[in-house]
Parts: sequence; structure tokens; C-alpha cells
Amino acid sequence: MASYLEFEKPIAEIDSRITELESASGEDVDLSGEIEKLREKRATLLGGTYARLSPWQKTQVARHPGRPHFRDYVANIFDDFVPLGGDRYFAEDEAIIGGLAKLGERRVVLIGHEKGHDTESRLRHNFGMGKPEGYRKAIRLMDLAGRFGLPVVTLVDTSGAFPGIEAEERGQAEAIARSTEACLALPVPMVSAIVGEGGSGGAVALASAERVLMFEHAVYSVISPEGCASILWRTAENAPDAAEAMKMTAQDLLKIGVIDRIVAEPVGGAHRAPEKACASLGKALEEELETLGELDSTRLRAMREERFLRMGEG
Amino acid sequence: MSWLSRVRNSLPFGAKRETADNLWIKCPACDEMVFTKEYDENARVCPKCDHHGRIGTDMRFAILLDQGYEVLPTPQVREDPLKFKDTKAYPARLKQARAKNPHPDALTNAAGAIKGHRVVLGVQDFAFMGGSMGMAVGSAFVHGVDRALKDRVPYVICTAAGGARMQEGILSLMQMPKTTVAVRRLKEAGLPYIVVLTDPTTGGVTASYAMLGDVHIAEPGCLIGFAGARVIQNTIREQLPDGFQRAEYLHEHGMVDRVVHRHELRDELAMLLDYLSPRAAA
Ligand SMILES: [Zn+2]
Repeated sequence: MASYLEFEKPIAEIDSRITELESASGEDVDLSGEIEKLREKRATLLGGTYARLSPWQKTQVARHPGRPHFRDYVANIFDDFVPLGGDRYFAEDEAIIGGLAKLGERRVVLIGHEKGHDTESRLRHNFGMGKPEGYRKAIRLMDLAGRFGLPVVTLVDTSGAFPGIEAEERGQAEAIARSTEACLALPVPMVSAIVGEGGSGGAVALASAERVLMFEHAVYSVISPEGCASILWRTAENAPDAAEAMKMTAQDLLKIGVIDRIVAEPVGGAHRAPEKACASLGKALEEELETLGELDSTRLRAMREERFLRMGEG
Repeated sequence: MSWLSRVRNSLPFGAKRETADNLWIKCPACDEMVFTKEYDENARVCPKCDHHGRIGTDMRFAILLDQGYEVLPTPQVREDPLKFKDTKAYPARLKQARAKNPHPDALTNAAGAIKGHRVVLGVQDFAFMGGSMGMAVGSAFVHGVDRALKDRVPYVICTAAGGARMQEGILSLMQMPKTTVAVRRLKEAGLPYIVVLTDPTTGGVTASYAMLGDVHIAEPGCLIGFAGARVIQNTIREQLPDGFQRAEYLHEHGMVDRVVHRHELRDELAMLLDYLSPRAAA
């Protein structure tokens, strides 16, 4: 059965009531009228709840384990994905996946974080927390994209770059800085989509693009609400306040020009209808690449530079 | 002129009236009590144990630059664009920081020379809200680079930051690509970009302009890292190795070219600039 988020309790209650009535329904009792009424009530409640999610609630939705992940986007949006592995220096990091793919008729280089969907895969993908070798692989693939004229699509979904001893030893900061630099240097179109969590430097390293899209209930921030709260409020319990204060929702970020476009999610969030969510994203990505396809490399780089130089100043 | 007399000549702090409270200072490393005057004249390097204490922007300019440098104005940015409030409103925090600091935000540039080599020097000051990178820091960095591009001189940055300015939320994160655009412009113009890492340099500053230098110099013992030690410990639940994230550790792991004593920094930079400065084709 679907797992409900804390704030979805009223919806969960109606759902279990519906299930009850359905099992009580038999040849001699007809409860279909009542069930229908409950279904309508549920639809209204779900729509209303999701239209008014607080930043903290959106954070929960963005982290929902049932939300589509990189492999789902690959399966539903792209064709003939050819993963390419390794940074050529140290290792293959499966927290960041990349390779060649077709988006409709268009050949692209696709890069993104993969969080995993069960215990085994979460461990293998390190919960989507990239290590230096993951970012160096991204740099390598961006370089490849640039040389062979393939547009770059990135799907960002990470709580942040991996904080660990070996990551520091191998230059996590340097890898992130170079990955950001590689985005900015691309002579080909680049479109990034924040599809779940856009966590700090680990996200921006793959999202320094001329067009940045964001799912309706995704979040993008400089630090997690819990991290921000424990520093500024001295307790993680104030995470909802931190989420509010940091302006991390797609709606807020569109207003201040940090993102360019919001991709609508199915009612109740992408996790309730992953295929529908993938379809909307695929369509948006194609439209963006179509527009950018007209521009030459000088113009693309200039757009990217302008975007970040004037960030927050408009 | 020796660094000693240069410090003495331009110490704004020297004018402070000496009281029992500020006459002595306790070295944070060896706990020895040192005369404040002696400590300042030693560029805040402990005369007993050589620990490099944190220094302000003006002292940094004084020990590195030839006399007669020009402090560049800090660019104006939108203040408190998010109307951020934690236990205190952001403008109140800014006001408090400004009352205690000589410059309006955490990064200040000066145009001058190091032993005759013209440069623009940026200095980040940990005393101003932990040196944190917000729009003012990002813009000051870009302005410093713009001036270097205009004058066709190298840009040298002394980094110090606890990380991003959280009160500016995502806009502080956006300073990472923003400053990286500026670094790229220096590189395209063929101008040297030298990073001097000072205590502490962490978070988004490390993961952007601090790690993109042509040469990385670090002061001995300074903390340099991406993630904070506490965050790492909470994630991996392991003991951190000795000297973790210190300058020498980064040197050992290939992220820093040279670890240089503060007293030798001016000579070091002059030497590097002599090698790297753009010269007319011979
Ligand atoms: Zn000492």
C-alpha cells in the first residue's frame, strides 16, 4: 500500500474508509453511492492539500521514496540509453549516472543523480550523494558532449554531495567547482531539471545551465532545512521555519529568477502517477532543447554567464 | 621595508587605547599569553608556537601590498532579498556585523602592487559574519576580477569563509556559478589567478573560486574543506584522522600547491607573479 506523508493523514483515513466499504460491498449491499461520494471528497482534499503545500511539506514530497528517480526518467522519457562509466582517475560513482540517450529524435548526453529505490540500490547509489569521481565523470561527459555537439540534459536529485573522509581526501570541493565550470564552458545547449531535491553545491555542480526547470513540488536550496535550522535556530526542530525562510520552492525560485520554468506534477505529487510526471518532464525538456537548438555556442555561453552574473540583482 | 615595519606603519589597531583587557591575548593553539602589540606586529602569528591567527582585511592588505594601494569600494547589492528572519532579522545581523567591522561586507578588494607587481587583491574577512558568501561577496569577487581584467593584472584572492550566507538562501548558492564565470574570464584573458587559502575556508567558497586557482597557496594549519567535520562525523560515524582538512593534509592530497608561512607570503606571491604575470611578447 502507498506510504502516506504525515500531512496526508486525512487522505489516508478516507482511503482506508473506501477500502473498508469496498470490502463490505457485496451482492446484497450496495455502497457504491457512498464510495463515490468519498472518492469525490478525497479528490477535492488531495487537490486542495497539494495546491497549498508549505515549503516543509514540499520537502517531504521531494524526498518521497516513491517519487520517480533517474532510472524511471530514463525508462519513460529517453530511448536507447547508453550509460558511460568512470572518471578515468579513480572509480565509477553510481550516485551520478551519465551517458548517451535519445530524447525523441534528438541525441543528448544525459547526466543525473540516482538515489536508488530499495536498500540494495540505495547503498549502491550512495543515496544520490555524489563523490568527487561522480562529478569528475560528469565533467568528462560534458566535455564529450561539447566536442561531439550533443546537448546536455541533467536531472538533479540529491540531498547534497557526499560528506565523508575519502570524498574530502579526493577533493570534493575541487570536483564540484570544476563541474560547475564545465557546465559554464559548454558550447552546446544545456538544460537542467531539479526533479526532487536540489541540495547545495552537489546540485549546482550539475545545474549551472542556461535553462533550469523545476518540478512543481521539488525543492532547491543552499542547505537542508534541518541543517539551516540547527545552525541558525540551534535545533533541527525548526526545520519547517528554515524551509519557509530560505525560499526553496519552485514557486518562490521562479519569482526570483533562479529557475525558468515549473513543470506541473500530477495531482497529489509525482509519486502518485510517476508516468504522468515523466511525460510532462519529457515534453518540457524537448521544448527547451528545441528553442536552444537555434543558438550558437557564443550565444549559449553568453546566456549562461549573464544568467549567473545578474542573479539576484534584478 | 620588512613586513614588521609595514605592519607597524599601517596598523589601524595600534591606535586603540590599551586596557588590561586587550593588552594580552591568549594564543588559541598553545594557550600562552602574548602581548597584543607583539602579536599584531607579528601579523598575528603566535611568537611561541607559530600558530597563524585570523587577521582582518586591512592587516592583510598591509602585509601583502606595497604602500599606496587603493581600497576599492564594495559594490552595492540588494540587501535581504528574501526578507530572511531566523531568531533575528537578517538586516539586524548585517547592521551588527557592520558596526564591528571596517568594511561593509566580507570581501574587499584593493588595487595595488606586490613588490612592484601590479595586482588586484581580494580579501575575505572571517570576522564579518564568518566570511560567508552572499550576494555582496559574490559581487565583490566579480568586481575585483573586472578591475583586474580592465587593468590587465593578476587577481589574488585570500579566502576565508565558514560557507554560504544562509540568510540569502538560494541566492548565496548562486554565487558559486557567478564567481566561476569571473574566474573563467580571467583564464580566457590569460591573467593569473592565485588563491591564498586562509583559516577557515569551507563549504561553497571552497567548492567554487577557492579551488579554481592557477596556483593554490595555503597558510600553515588552516582549515580547508567542503563538508564540516561535524556533518562528516554524523554521516559516517567514524573518527576523523589527525590533521584532517588542514592545509598540510590538503597539500598531501594534491589540492594545494604550497603551504607558506604568513611572514613569507609577500615574497612568495611576488615570486609567483614574476613567473606568471602577462608580459609583452618578446
Ligand atoms: Zn601559540
